[in-house]
Amino acid sequence: MRMAKQVSKAPLLTVEDLRVTFPTRTGDVQAVRGVSFALGRERLGIVGESGSGKSQTGRAIMGLTPGHAKISARKLAFGDRDLLTMPARERRQLRGKQVAMILQDPKYSLNPVMTIGRQIVETLRTHERISTSAAKARALAMLEAVQISDPERVFSLYPHEVSGGMGQRAMIAMMLVCGPELLIADEPTSALDVTVQLEVLGILDKLVADRGMGLIFISHDLRLVSSFCDRVIVMYAGRIVEELPAANLSDAQHPYTRGLLNCLPTIGSDRHPLPVLDRKPEWAL
Amino acid sequence: MTSALSIRDMVVTYDEFAALDHVSFDIGTGESFGIVGESGSGKSTLLRAISGLASFDQGTLSVAGRSYSGRKRDKEFYRTVQMVFQDPYGSLHPRQTVDRLLLEPLVIHGFTDIETRINRALDEVGLGSGFRFRYSHQLSGGQRQRIAIARALILEPKILLLDEPTSALDASIQAEILNLLEQARRDRNLTFVMVSHDLGVISHMCERLAVMKTGKVVETVPRKALENREFSAEYTRQLLVASEGFRRG
Ligand SMILES: Nc1ncnc2c1ncn2[C@@H]1O[C@H](COP(=O)(O)OP(=O)(O)OP(=O)(O)O)[C@@H](O)[C@H]1O
Ligand SMILES: Nc1ncnc2c1ncn2[C@@H]1O[C@H](COP(=O)(O)OP(=O)(O)OP(=O)(O)O)[C@@H](O)[C@H]1O
Ligand SMILES: [Mg+2]
Ligand SMILES: [Mg+2]
Repeated sequence: MRMAKQVSKAPLLTVEDLRVTFPTRTGDVQAVRGVSFALGRERLGIVGESGSGKSQTGRAIMGLTPGHAKISARKLAFGDRDLLTMPARERRQLRGKQVAMILQDPKYSLNPVMTIGRQIVETLRTHERISTSAAKARALAMLEAVQISDPERVFSLYPHEVSGGMGQRAMIAMMLVCGPELLIADEPTSALDVTVQLEVLGILDKLVADRGMGLIFISHDLRLVSSFCDRVIVMYAGRIVEELPAANLSDAQHPYTRGLLNCLPTIGSDRHPLPVLDRKPEWAL
Repeated sequence: MTSALSIRDMVVTYDEFAALDHVSFDIGTGESFGIVGESGSGKSTLLRAISGLASFDQGTLSVAGRSYSGRKRDKEFYRTVQMVFQDPYGSLHPRQTVDRLLLEPLVIHGFTDIETRINRALDEVGLGSGFRFRYSHQLSGGQRQRIAIARALILEPKILLLDEPTSALDASIQAEILNLLEQARRDRNLTFVMVSHDLGVISHMCERLAVMKTGKVVETVPRKALENREFSAEYTRQLLVASEGFRRG
């Protein structure tokens, strides 16, 4: 059951004609070129070409775009709050508390000189009035919830002392600990082995179903997206080229999406070399 | 088949914690060997111990007939063995240009045809020369991983240690990279040790695989065993079921 927690009629998130451009030495890089979608309390998958602007779309929604980039949109709103005109301070308060993003690069985004536990505790204490011991208990519970088998040990480790998958789960724990209404998860499980992956997805799934959280799930894993999400957006060269119900991903029409589905290696199939995409210039128009 | 890489009873501990607990195997020259296993089971630690980034406390390591211990590796070792890291963010210095990143190993090892090699390496991983003067923080996750692969291949090593080389890539680029790795392996008779949690990828790329759990190798099976479901460890079975996707409720 989806809970009707929202008070206004506005979708949880509205994105209209979002554009992100980076000036570089060799000219402008148009990372996002007119992306539009609305998100309810659902699981929306974003798949697409590497470099197609998935992470930059997420970062723009969060307000985490690098300072020298140019951002524009006809509308960018969280509920009925306009994110484009919101003062920086208000945006920061929103971030971490009501909207959170699990970044694609966990080690890069964790603070290297602070233990994992301390980082989660500090996140909590920035957004809630809570004692240190209560915060520690919540942090440990959260680490346990993301299937860290030895929470006490990991709590006191530094980011370079944990495995790839543990770092990713620490990041997930940190982002979930305040109970956000909107979560953008950028490749949240790419470093996890499949069994843990499914358990972490189970947690995210529950948050959507029980608490009515909205989830944007960016992933390269087509099998995972089609079995986990409600809807899927397919991006190519900064634009959305196709949108469809996740369960019908195999009926995709766009040649890029069709090509993607065809080049997955599977157990038992013996295709050497694997089929690759013949990218057409018109896909990027 | 002569052995390219041989490990006996390797142990790596951090304080009291055994990240690797008496791991042994032999990998033949030209073989592609897969490693799967749950998160934290020691897969990266194993590759790091081979490449000298982590010190091993016990056991022996021999590579192309030479023995190594602790963390000491000579220049010759890195001509033979290169590694692609699980975390391309950590392994590529963010404030260096792609050009610098590719140049550095060439200079260290005294190569002269630098221009040709850099352009060919970028071309091989499907990134045009337009990327050459970008900083690595200006690249997407997948673009960074391709630079990391280009950097490992540029020295034409004999053994490649690949830690989740394609988990940050979309399926189409994954296919291109896997084809590229296979081609390079055929052309240069490379030996691969490849960590992945995607059993499809492992079964596509590797002739044999080891399954790890809590610092130990629990079983080593041929590729065929995945197809025929002939394995004994419960964990291998779980991996296989989980690789079929998410099931609600
Ligand atoms: N700081 C920057 N300067 C210039 N270009 C940038 C910068 N950051 C990102 N880009 C470019 O923007 C484009 C979109 O990047 P983004 O990270 O959103 O891709 P992505 O879809 O998330 O890819 P991946 O699947 O590989 O993570 C890429 O072509 C990238 O090279
Ligand atoms: N420098 C270190 N200090 C303390 N513990 C460490 C250190 N490096 C690794 N470990 C521990 O060793 C164990 C194995 O880590 P490793 O990175 O090898 O796992 P992995 O199998 O590669 O997992 P993943 O699939 O998540 O990448 C983990 O429990 C980790 O916390
Ligand atoms: Mg990305
Ligand atoms: Mg690892």
